[in-house]
Amino acid sequence: MTPEELHDLCTQEQEAAEQYPHHLYVCSSDPKSILAKDLRQEIKKRDKEKTICVHEVGFMGLGAEEPIVRVEPQQVYYQRVGAEDIDALFDSLDSGKSIERLACETLPELLKHQRLVVLDKNDRINPNRIEDYIACGGYQALMRALTEQSPAQVLEEITQSGLRGRGGAGFPTGLKWNLVAKAQGEKKYVVCNADEGDPGAFMDRMILECNPHRVLEGMLLAGYAVGASQGYIYIRAEYPLAIKRLRLAIKQAQRLGLLGHRIGEVGFDFNIELRLGAGAFVCGEETALLGSIAGRRGTPRPRPPYPAERGLWNAPTLINNVETFANIAPIMKHGSAWFANIGTEKSKGTKVFALAGRVTYTGLVEVPMGVPLRDIIFKLGGGIPNHCEFKAVQTGGPSGGCIPAEHLDISVDYDSLAQVGSIMGSGGMIIMDETSCMVDVAKFFMAFCCEESCGKCIPCRVGTSQMYHILQRITNGQGTLYDLELLEELCDVMQNTSLCGLGQTAPNPLLSTLRFFRHEYLAHILDKQCPAKVCKIHKVMEAVS
Amino acid sequence: MSAKTDVMEASEQKADPRWRSVEKTMRQHGYHANGLIETLHAVQEAYGCLDEEALRRIAAELRVALSHVYGVATFYNYFTMAPPGRHTCVVCMGTACYIKGAGEIMERISKEFNVAPEETSDDGNLSLLSARCIGCCGQAPALVVDGEIWGGLSADEVIERLRRVLNDA
Ligand SMILES: Cc1cc2nc3c(=O)[nH]c(=O)nc-3n(C[C@H](O)[C@H](O)[C@H](O)COP(=O)(O)O)c2cc1C
Ligand code: SF4
Ligand code: FES
Repeated sequence: MTPEELHDLCTQEQEAAEQYPHHLYVCSSDPKSILAKDLRQEIKKRDKEKTICVHEVGFMGLGAEEPIVRVEPQQVYYQRVGAEDIDALFDSLDSGKSIERLACETLPELLKHQRLVVLDKNDRINPNRIEDYIACGGYQALMRALTEQSPAQVLEEITQSGLRGRGGAGFPTGLKWNLVAKAQGEKKYVVCNADEGDPGAFMDRMILECNPHRVLEGMLLAGYAVGASQGYIYIRAEYPLAIKRLRLAIKQAQRLGLLGHRIGEVGFDFNIELRLGAGAFVCGEETALLGSIAGRRGTPRPRPPYPAERGLWNAPTLINNVETFANIAPIMKHGSAWFANIGTEKSKGTKVFALAGRVTYTGLVEVPMGVPLRDIIFKLGGGIPNHCEFKAVQTGGPSGGCIPAEHLDISVDYDSLAQVGSIMGSGGMIIMDETSCMVDVAKFFMAFCCEESCGKCIPCRVGTSQMYHILQRITNGQGTLYDLELLEELCDVMQNTSLCGLGQTAPNPLLSTLRFFRHEYLAHILDKQCPAKVCKIHKVMEAVS
Repeated sequence: MSAKTDVMEASEQKADPRWRSVEKTMRQHGYHANGLIETLHAVQEAYGCLDEEALRRIAAELRVALSHVYGVATFYNYFTMAPPGRHTCVVCMGTACYIKGAGEIMERISKEFNVAPEETSDDGNLSLLSARCIGCCGQAPALVVDGEIWGGLSADEVIERLRRVLNDA
């Protein structure tokens, strides 16, 4: 496909859509939902095939109950739309009067407080149709790069944008790309890390399920910039729908000549293959991931050499997260200055967060870096339901920490979160209220790390297990003050001597709860009480006495 | 296990139509050891679990040591050597689900249907498994029952629905 052909396809799709006076965008995460099908049937029955068009999309925003229908051009949102509402829906299209009982005002209101870059237009793209992405300007950034820009120019643009990796550590993306571009090697690889192992995080799943092509385009641009011709997407087997949609997306892109040989009719070849994970958290770590792609046990190896130098089959390899890749096409399209204008001095752009736990609205939000944590939880998430009190928000999963109420006003960026002992992580936010016991939460994460430790190095293999047992002792009401000292010492050893990030960061949830919720530990140890009434201390005490 | 049964079982597997998808996966990867994990996925998809015979055969086809195949198969939680029950119920024990009461749901199911976590009931009707997050945290607590996602249900509702599923078959 040439740039002209892409442009023609785009206009063709846009013109076809303009033929319809009414558009219904339907969103439901339930794969068994037949609302869209019912709507189409009704359209046929009413002989409105030329005036109403139905689109199935994967994303609308949070704050409404599914199934959601957005009516365009009126921009009216309806929630909980069922088969019984279809008649009313069509009547309202005729009369121009909206249906009050179905109307949803929360969702559009919440969207106003967000800034969509990664999720932009996902509320009008059917993930199964490459044409929808193209109609929204998709793959144009790629075509322009291939025909008008040199790889060095692409590298420069990404470097200038200030984009940092969204997989957790926040490493500058431009710097990483430059390392791979400069590395010596005949063959190079681009790998997309879609292992999304942090429990409570689902941004990457949604990005892939709602618009897989944006990630493919980002990988293609990366391949062009660093000089790679083969890409891999390492995706968790637990995400069957995302896998299905990615497979379809790759096929469609190949069919249109956007993947394969001589893309854009210039001398650029690039292909993408999927590799399925198999339920090992440690495989999100980049060197373990590379081993897993090569069909081996996913055990990390020491770095350096970094994958940028020696990665897949010892060739220079670029590894980025799903959301990082999803940022690339928008940057190339609107320019690095546009991107660098969003966010803070050191954290550019937007970040997608997944809200879950004890919060009114759960789902994805995308905000500029630097917004106050309080706004995300109370404005966008709608606060804590059932009149309960906010206690903490957990960010960064098993490598992150719990942030208490007194720090709710910090700005959400890489550095501020690190200052309060947590990390940005991949973007999962789990909100907890008074019903959660923070010692129990620390124990939960330690159990997780203990189970997921690959066992290659001793500090992590033995340390996680020891700490888990100490925490168990405390939650049973049998802990002592010495246990706290011991925990802190073990944390120090693990942070400094573990081989990979899993062991180095496994103490974080424990340390942050010790820092902000020490009184809860003391209550368990001294008063033999669990303030949240989660830990079953009394039974054990009776058994002992 | 004697050598004879190995060969017999192996040739039986060759004739088994389900083995064809496994064969196809290995072919796609050029019978290279790189494709080992994909091959194991293909076996588990076709047979529901891995078994020693399959591992032996894969080791031979991909020309790697059986210990290597076994090592990979047991490293990853997703692979199982135990045949699944007629129905499977996976309870998510990830953070979001945990703080919304996944532990209680697990306990209740285990008691109600007399099946230990990570095991299959004696009558082979239900396998009760756990996951560390299935990416549906917004609908926590989340379960996957026979491939279908159940979200936001109370323990009572889960028991109720699960009973219906189990009785249907
Ligand atoms: C134990 C562990 C688990 C990780 N899991 C993930 C993951 O699920 N997804 C991800 O993108 N990065 C994960 N990472 C980070 C990756 O190693 C790597 O830094 C990242 O993919 C780089 O991409 P980025 O520069 O775009 O952020 C993990 C790291 C560790 C130590
Ligand atoms: S720190 Fe833990 S997970 Fe990482 S290599 Fe060591 S044992 Fe394995
Ligand atoms: S924590 Fe249960 S689905 Fe993510």
